[in-house]
Amino acid sequence: MAYTDEDLQVMDSIIKRYPRPRSAIMPLLHYVQSKAGYVTNEGIEVIAKVLQLEAAEVTAVSTFYTQYKPTPVGEYHVGVCTNTLCAVMGGDAIFASLKDHLGIGNDEVTADGKVSLEHIECNAACDYAPVVMANWEFYDNQTVESAKDLVDSMRAGNPKPPTRGPNKLVTWKEASAVLAGLNDGLAHEGVQAGEPTLLGLKLSKEGK
Amino acid sequence: MTKLAPVLSAHWDEKDSFTLEGYKRHGGYTASAKALAMDPDAVIQLVKDSGLRGRGGAGFPTGMKWGFIPQGDNKDHYLVVNADESEPGTCKDTPLLMANPHVLIEGCIIACHAIRAKHAFIYIRGEVTHVVRRVNQAIEDAYAAGILGNGIDVVLHIGAGAYICGEETALLDSLEGFRGQPRLRPPFPAIAGLYARPTVVNNVESIASVPAIVKNGAEWYQSMGTEKSKGTTLYSLSGHVVNPGQFEAPLGITLREILDLAGGVRPGHTLKFWTPGGSSTPLFTDAHLDVPLDYEGVAAAGSMLGTKALQIFDETTCVVRAVLRWTEFYKHESCGKCTPCREGTWWLVQILRDLEAGKGTEADLAKLLDLCDNIMGRSFCALGDGATSPITSSIKYFRDEYIAHLTQGGCPFDPVASTLFAGAGA
Repeated sequence: MAYTDEDLQVMDSIIKRYPRPRSAIMPLLHYVQSKAGYVTNEGIEVIAKVLQLEAAEVTAVSTFYTQYKPTPVGEYHVGVCTNTLCAVMGGDAIFASLKDHLGIGNDEVTADGKVSLEHIECNAACDYAPVVMANWEFYDNQTVESAKDLVDSMRAGNPKPPTRGPNKLVTWKEASAVLAGLNDGLAHEGVQAGEPTLLGLKLSKEGK
Repeated sequence: MTKLAPVLSAHWDEKDSFTLEGYKRHGGYTASAKALAMDPDAVIQLVKDSGLRGRGGAGFPTGMKWGFIPQGDNKDHYLVVNADESEPGTCKDTPLLMANPHVLIEGCIIACHAIRAKHAFIYIRGEVTHVVRRVNQAIEDAYAAGILGNGIDVVLHIGAGAYICGEETALLDSLEGFRGQPRLRPPFPAIAGLYARPTVVNNVESIASVPAIVKNGAEWYQSMGTEKSKGTTLYSLSGHVVNPGQFEAPLGITLREILDLAGGVRPGHTLKFWTPGGSSTPLFTDAHLDVPLDYEGVAAAGSMLGTKALQIFDETTCVVRAVLRWTEFYKHESCGKCTPCREGTWWLVQILRDLEAGKGTEADLAKLLDLCDNIMGRSFCALGDGATSPITSSIKYFRDEYIAHLTQGGCPFDPVASTLFAGAGA
């Protein structure tokens, strides 16, 4: 894909957020993923050009961070937390069953390109364990069955909405644009907090 | 009995708590207006007087950190907020930002004024799309309302999946557009931080605590907590408990008290081990239920308050499996810069895998401890140090369980029993 003048203007606006252009590498890599779905060679070249860096310097940064994907992921990228707490509480079982159910391994994509799978580290939602993420949106308190239902809904083209997130799950590319700092206008959707987040407050109001 | 004291979380139960309107309903942005009318040094003194200490793990006094920024040096100063919440077990800043991003922005304005900075950066981890939306929208709304842009700018910077970027100097390298690897200190960020300029790096909860302190005064904040650990804080309870969640309480509450509020350990089970402040803090057991959860109390009992991430594991959990998984995490997240951490965490994983599979020998336990000794304190940052915590503490309290793996030729635990859905006929 070619980067249009409009794309380059967006990239320029990202660079202008910072006192020094090089700081924009990370949002620009997210932006490339929003266009191509992963970090393509062409994307690296474009970033190098707009930041006046060598492509090798951009690649060095890209390969350091696990969210930048060197190969295409699914339209819905599913992460199962298998760090200790989630793993113990069911994350290991969920991850094993999803691999089996989808017929793919870690860091692989289904043949229809709909779903990819990754075991992820702690995603800061331990009070909602076991946690599954899709395009980095929260799916709280998962079970083996609910996780299978979730990926089935993705393959059917009608993904279940996140527990704490917008009313509808956005695609991987759309989520990548949000991570490039572009506002998709969905911030007002979804709950402000889930029940565990509010537990202490609720008990306090009961005089505890 | 310690009473809960919601300050940060006081209005999270209102549906629009994350909007500018919702925030202003409870006096939002009156504290920053008050602070902007004060002398910057007076703001620093106020925060010093409050006793607020860093909520990101180390507990360094926030006002003192601000006071380290050289004044009248004609250099740009920067405030960087660490919202890269990634320490296993830690889940306080993420719900805070989802429910109330404006309190952080108001805190940024006050802190920028105090340290004479025109620019604040919020470095948020990249794996939380909806939280990114909320913070980004809040910043936009604050600009549109004229709250930002009048001498103080806030920029949201979104990470891309690297635990090490929660380390403040790695975070600064990452924010400058490099691989996130820690820097040698000194110089400290207060002298040469972002773009080699004087920089304050503070955790989300620390900065978000400032507006209430400005509004209610240092004495009010001092009235909560313990002698050296003042104020309220978010305790995050997770794991094998009836009702996990966030509990905002004065510093010094105990796990026994929090567990009572949460309905206890799940029915029919007993507490086996827990982390007081994330996986990098040495494990505690049921012998530590009454340790006051403040900086001094937890340290005196041999661990660290850390991020107050209370991960609870009952007797169905294999401690070797738990520690192996954390160790695999540290190995994966080691940035590779320092040899003891890069190579050491790799060897820790190899040995622990053998032990968990019942293939090791008792001499491996001594080898693990020797490796930990050679990692501890020998790298630029504390990632390697953190990796040793679960290992040394688990061998201290559960040596017999390691041995049982060897005598039985494998793990004596059934992983199904520790899952949340075990009781549901799984």
